[in-house]
Amino acid sequence: MEENINNQQQVTEESVKYIISTSPHLYKRETTKNIMWLVNLALLPAAVFGIFAFGIYTLFIIMSSIAASLVTEAIILKIRKKDISLDDGSAVLTGLLLALNMPPGVPLYIPIISSIFAIGIVKQAFGGLGENWANPAIAGRVFALFAWSKKMTVWALPFTADAVSSATPLGAYKSALLQGSVTDGITKASGFIAGMFSGPLQVYQTSVGNSDISYIDLFFGFKGGCIGEISVFLLLIGASFLIYRKIITLDIPLSYLLTALLIAWIFGGVQLGNGYFQGDFLFHFLTGGLVLGAFFMATDMVTTPITIKGRIVFGIGCGVITMLIRFLSGLPEGVSLSILFMNMMTPTLDRIFKIKPMGYIKENKNK
Amino acid sequence: MFFTKNFGMGGIHAEDFKFLTNHKKIENADVPNIAYIPVNQHLGTPAEIIVKEGQEVEEGQLIAKANGFISSNVHSSIPGTVIKIEERFTSIGKRSKVVVIQLKGEFKKSGKILQLVDWRSKSKDFLLDKIKEYGIVGLGGATFPAHVKLSIPKDKKVDTFIVNGAECEPFLTADHRLMIDKSEDLLEGISIISTILENPKVYIGIEENKKDAIKRLKILSSNKYNIKIVPLRVRYPQGDEKQLIKAITGRIVPAGKIPLEINTVVHNVSTVIAIKEAIVNDKPLIERVVTVTGSGIKEPKNLKVKVGTPVKEVINECGGLKPGVKKVIIGGPMMGFAQMDLEVPVTKACSGILAFTDEELSFYKTDSICINCGRCVISCAFGLMPTYINKLLKYKKFKEVIDAGLLNCKECGCCSWVCPAQIPLVQNFKLGKDITKKLKLY
Repeated sequence: MEENINNQQQVTEESVKYIISTSPHLYKRETTKNIMWLVNLALLPAAVFGIFAFGIYTLFIIMSSIAASLVTEAIILKIRKKDISLDDGSAVLTGLLLALNMPPGVPLYIPIISSIFAIGIVKQAFGGLGENWANPAIAGRVFALFAWSKKMTVWALPFTADAVSSATPLGAYKSALLQGSVTDGITKASGFIAGMFSGPLQVYQTSVGNSDISYIDLFFGFKGGCIGEISVFLLLIGASFLIYRKIITLDIPLSYLLTALLIAWIFGGVQLGNGYFQGDFLFHFLTGGLVLGAFFMATDMVTTPITIKGRIVFGIGCGVITMLIRFLSGLPEGVSLSILFMNMMTPTLDRIFKIKPMGYIKENKNK
Repeated sequence: MFFTKNFGMGGIHAEDFKFLTNHKKIENADVPNIAYIPVNQHLGTPAEIIVKEGQEVEEGQLIAKANGFISSNVHSSIPGTVIKIEERFTSIGKRSKVVVIQLKGEFKKSGKILQLVDWRSKSKDFLLDKIKEYGIVGLGGATFPAHVKLSIPKDKKVDTFIVNGAECEPFLTADHRLMIDKSEDLLEGISIISTILENPKVYIGIEENKKDAIKRLKILSSNKYNIKIVPLRVRYPQGDEKQLIKAITGRIVPAGKIPLEINTVVHNVSTVIAIKEAIVNDKPLIERVVTVTGSGIKEPKNLKVKVGTPVKEVINECGGLKPGVKKVIIGGPMMGFAQMDLEVPVTKACSGILAFTDEELSFYKTDSICINCGRCVISCAFGLMPTYINKLLKYKKFKEVIDAGLLNCKECGCCSWVCPAQIPLVQNFKLGKDITKKLKLY
């Protein structure tokens, strides 16, 4: 099929030149480049909030991560003798997403090495844009998490002068759970609804020593966490922009979030001794990287199935794995791991959920 | 809007630019001085030429005879002398034998008051013969001979007849204007076809952006109990036969089968009017309505053009081309053919002549890597996975590609339209169809 790549040719005839090409002759003016830059744009509010919340050092994290991505991409494209297409925004997006998934005080070499790993090994080694088997940013983040697990779990509270070390909401909850002290000091509110929302938040309040922290604070980003994941509010604004511009579709985020929150609601209360259907799903929605993951990382086109059915299963899988990790493993957070795992399932999902042509007749096997 | 009928999955919504011509009445174009009439203007075998060089022909005289069942007669659109029979490129980019006629003598039918034929007293076979004799083909673009579509085998009974007034292609307004300017003719044509098909239920499917046509036809058909006007959602490819049937009746044509399989016949608005003119006005198919529009045309118009008129003359009648025209297309912008020069003649298939300067085409195809976004899969109204088929073609898996449904592709162009990587999907599918045909895989 190589011979038809050059589908534009100018035909000269009696000094008139018209372009000959096959139909269609109109196009939607949307390119890979547009898509990538718009996703970058949608992430910008959350990134800027992160910089204000954790100080100017986080800007260096973001810049170094993006720079490392771009340099790696350029060098490898040069080695592979391909066009150096840094302007398509995909390397910038990888760098940005990776930086947004870093704790605020991380040493600069971690984002840099992770970026090199993400672009060099995960993306370019498998054939570059469109061929990578996993979301490079997520693979990079998981790589960093296991390579420097101590340094990757040093957290701080936002808007504090000298970055007081402090746990993330999920981290505080998980360590209380692992120490078996999760029910200590919780005053269980009575009533079905109030009882539901009285557990994990109190654990976090105790952990940071501030009993005024509410769900509103968690929503707007006044909590410990990665640079880009803390402000759920700004992430949702960015996501709404992408959905409005039809850059991302709702199938993956919705199935992911609904599955995760449903599981949180059904089983979340068990560990607190509250029984089923007593879990605090709001806490799980507002903490950790769930929103960032569901809207910006699980929707990465290259590594998700192409059919809607496949995507919904992808989202459900992500939701189940996220909550399994949050509830049952030693790790506080499971968004990146769940997406990474489901990325690997994508070719299989593509094979299972093929769509049938319109009016498809089941073939008679006896024929 | 959510209550209007639609075909369900897939499709695209492109900016339609119909405002350029949708308020302009159909005008008669000038008669060409020399008409170039191709004998291959229809689907099926080319017609056989029965005139000789130097012979005098009359307006509407048969010049090429249908060759086989799926073929169609071709008539002279002007009176005059056959000066040459030669090979020329036609608008679909293929060579065809062309009868060149120099205008001479008198028009015996055009502009004259003729006695109308009372078709109601005639038999069904007479009507079918007339349609066959007068070379009526589907004017929506596929140019399938109309008499073949209307010849129903004895074991079949057609219960639904759909008139296709969707005109979902952007820019084109020929059918829209026909529905307004010739609505009486349309309804009479429907009566004729209803007689042939033995009184089926008739639906006229019209996209919602033609409110005036819907209103007019609703008023005119209010006393006809078996005709129903169905407004359709503005969505490409609403005007495709199979999608239209699905939108209006909910029936699904089995893959690889024709609509007759589910007792349905679809005809385009302009075909119905041509059938009416053939039977009532005793006129062969020698002219058709063409929308001449686009950013490169000075005065966009809807013109009734004699078959065989060179495109250049039609364009000149619309004020000529603006400077900087980059592309000239015959047909609609989604499925039409780009032209090398303006010498090609207007054929029965030519529903529009579009000339584009940079405005619409600023977006040249560059073909980059598939990023697996799945937009083509969502946009495909025929339930195919364009990116998957394209990958199979790329790796030359021709057997698998047939199983993946390549032959169900109608080349409507939705996948190419949405593709952010700008992969020429439709082009690859056309090529793939040719290759698999040569390999005799189907």
